[in-house]
Amino acid sequence: MHSFGYRLNALFTFAVTILGFICAIASFTDTLNSPSPSVQVQVLNVNWFQKQPNGNDEVYLTLNISADLQTLFTWNTKQVFAFLAAEYETPKHPLNQISLWDAIIPTKEHAKFTIHTSNKYRFVDQGSNLRGKEFNLTLHWHVMPKTGKMFADKLVLPGYRLPAQYR
Amino acid sequence: MDWEGQKLAEQLMQILLLAFAVIAFGAGYITASFQTMILIYAGGVILTTLVTIPNWPFFNHHPLKWLDPSEAEKHPKPEPSSNVAAKKKSIKK
Repeated sequence: MHSFGYRLNALFTFAVTILGFICAIASFTDTLNSPSPSVQVQVLNVNWFQKQPNGNDEVYLTLNISADLQTLFTWNTKQVFAFLAAEYETPKHPLNQISLWDAIIPTKEHAKFTIHTSNKYRFVDQGSNLRGKEFNLTLHWHVMPKTGKMFADKLVLPGYRLPAQYR
Repeated sequence: MDWEGQKLAEQLMQILLLAFAVIAFGAGYITASFQTMILIYAGGVILTTLVTIPNWPFFNHHPLKWLDPSEAEKHPKPEPSSNVAAKKKSIKK
């Protein structure tokens, strides 16, 4: 039998198989991209640094974030999710991560930005360890492709210190 | 669609789809536009559908040559022998 339906079925199957292949190759081309993003974060002000009634330290910061994530974008990139986390060490836990700010970057044109903001999410420690604490600000990002594998990486900015006294 | 036409349709489908896939990928990669790739490939699939799915006249250039009816009459079909039914019954017993 070589009917209309048979030919349509064969064409559809073959077309979708090839589409799968070209999407896989498109995803593979992402691995050839070697991005060189840059980030600078300034802590402009510690607006508020208190111990909550339940004993946890809370900080409220004003930040100036400038970043150039344009090299993360390839032809197969749908969007980039980026978030800035404060990372520090306490006697109880070797790594504490607190997300302070995040953003979804929809296009390459929006990937170079400078933003002046206070922390979007509350910077609260589990305990009272933040006085005089040295911490890193780390920009994490997840590159979401149109097809294929998702990439994630980060850039660590060390050398920030919280004040020794509550204010 | 005759035998040669079927072969031609099959080969045309495969070659056209592969060619459009290569063109679409190349164009999409060069212009850095995923959308371009998908649009070119979709166009290619539609064109291939139009070329290879309907029964176009050029798929029928090699019609099968059936025997003339008078030729067939000279070689009659062998008649089913009348003892077949009887044999089957005997096996059942």
